[in-house]
Amino acid sequence: MSGSDLDLVRAYRLMLLARLIDEREWMLNRQGKIPFLVSCQGQEATQVGMALALRPGVDHVLPYYRDLGLVLALGMTAQEIFMNLFAKADDPNSGGRQMPNHWGHPQWNIHSHSSPVATQIPHAAGVALASRIKGEDAVTLVTFGEGATSKGDFHEALNFAGIHHLPVIFACENNRYAISVPQVKQMAIENVADRAAAYGMAGEIVDGQDLLAVYEATRRAVDRARAGEGPTLLEAKTYRLVPHTSDDDDRRYRAREEVAEWKGRDPVVLFRDYLQAQGLWDGERDQALRQALFEEVTQAQKAAEAAPDPLPEQALQHVWYEG
Amino acid sequence: MPEMSLIEAIRDALDTEMEQDERVIVLGEDVGLHGGVFRATDGLQQRYGELRVIDTPLAELLIAGVAIGAAVNGLRPVAEMQFADFSFPAFDQIVSEAARWRYRTNGQQGIPLVIRMPYGAGIHGALYHSQSVEGFYAHVPGLRVVTPSTPYDAKGLLIAAIRDPDPVIFLEHKKAYRMVRGDVPEGSYTVALDQARVARGGQDLSVFAYGLMLHHCLEAAEVLAGEGIEAEVVDLRSLAPLDRDSILDSARKTGKVLVVYEDNKTLGLGAEVSALIGEEAFEWLDAPIMRLASPDIPAMPYNHAQEAWALPDTGKIVDAMRHLAGY
Repeated sequence: MSGSDLDLVRAYRLMLLARLIDEREWMLNRQGKIPFLVSCQGQEATQVGMALALRPGVDHVLPYYRDLGLVLALGMTAQEIFMNLFAKADDPNSGGRQMPNHWGHPQWNIHSHSSPVATQIPHAAGVALASRIKGEDAVTLVTFGEGATSKGDFHEALNFAGIHHLPVIFACENNRYAISVPQVKQMAIENVADRAAAYGMAGEIVDGQDLLAVYEATRRAVDRARAGEGPTLLEAKTYRLVPHTSDDDDRRYRAREEVAEWKGRDPVVLFRDYLQAQGLWDGERDQALRQALFEEVTQAQKAAEAAPDPLPEQALQHVWYEG
Repeated sequence: MPEMSLIEAIRDALDTEMEQDERVIVLGEDVGLHGGVFRATDGLQQRYGELRVIDTPLAELLIAGVAIGAAVNGLRPVAEMQFADFSFPAFDQIVSEAARWRYRTNGQQGIPLVIRMPYGAGIHGALYHSQSVEGFYAHVPGLRVVTPSTPYDAKGLLIAAIRDPDPVIFLEHKKAYRMVRGDVPEGSYTVALDQARVARGGQDLSVFAYGLMLHHCLEAAEVLAGEGIEAEVVDLRSLAPLDRDSILDSARKTGKVLVVYEDNKTLGLGAEVSALIGEEAFEWLDAPIMRLASPDIPAMPYNHAQEAWALPDTGKIVDAMRHLAGY
């Protein structure tokens, strides 16, 4: 890792918050309090590193369902996350309509997405096209797993963005599996980013467990976009440390040795160790932060649990514009 | 008031809205330099530039997806599917994305998007240049589906569609493009997106139609008028949502109902119109509701005799109306 202008302690705080919320989600699911979750564990450095390279509320972000760290780093609060998990009326993402971890927050230019993968990638090209037409310098970042790159949506969007040199970053969080299907069964090449050449855009591969490397690679992509040099296909090599969702059993398709090996590269631990090596952190501060975040998460959970559900008949609202 | 063909009215509407609202962009295959395979966008790129009139790659999913993204970021895109038959690669984007965006953001954000699609048969377009796709899209809450039958409505409905805050599937019958002419006001005006129109008043039976079939129904009504039977012909115009009040008013007035559409019969618009009248106006009916549509074949054959045989036309409509009037 190298130095940068980042607030490193804040970055660590965001990664740790994402981890603690995610761990709480699993607990709530096993307690029967939330029927479903999608996990971000293992990908926090990739997600937080990308988000910190953007201007929240100015740049546009089209996330995918694993991006808890990304949306927290852009400005969503723990309480808003729990409102989403409990499908409450005041969930800013969808008012309880979408499954958990399906994001959307207009205040932060986090744009709504669906469950079928890759569908948000053409939207990102359109958002960036509109920025170009309006003469704004906003940059658009869209994320997806490597599984999404098998879909036509991916190809069609990158092809178009390349043709028009749009200010957009296609950010692949390559965690090596499309649920159970390993990368080797998804593509005949080693790197998603190698496809950039076919679309006439820059491609860059970065260690997704290294927050500073991700941050700096994203900054380079942002700079290219703002300079009119067009899109970037950025690939972060990362790993999902837990099953795909609360309904998945990854023991059916991943060797425990492989998972253990990647747990040895847990991005949250790696970054804590880095901070300690820099003299910015110690065990006492870490314990204090964990305690503070644990309480923040607990408060957020309690507040969301107590918040009202939408009324059943409100299911009829907002099909069309209602004035 | 200048007389225009339906396609000229479409082009006039696009020009009018692009002139007065710089958020309006046009994108699709061959819409720029070429002006569109039907010339609907002829001259727009020369007038408004390549930034606002965009020739896309041959990729319908992309056209819809990019248009959605542009709408999210404040523009008013008008996307063209070169033929409605080609819209199915974009079906996921239209149905699962554009139509649900307002719902899934709990009303925080809508997609003001128009997707124009030439549709319909009678031009030897065969299996992939003839389809009626309205049944697929009209089934989807969150989409508006409209189709004009006159140049006046084409311009007014298209301007209204562009200004509407929700996604609109704008169906243009390609055989009507140059066949149908009429007076079109200069400048800006709108026609309400959710209202049917009584194209011809009558007391003896109600005929519901849209697009090209509306004109065949009007011809048939003239034939029957010569026999002393006065048919009311209603142009549905809005296929989703349906103008329930206008449909029920006419059905209750005449007590006899014929629905004419060139889509294949099963689960087409005729099914919904019939069910609506059956549920809400049963006591007023003096005859079983009739549907006249194309048979349940996958799409139109290229062979002229087969295509003509499959499609409803004025003669078949006259027969159906006579039968119904005599019931």
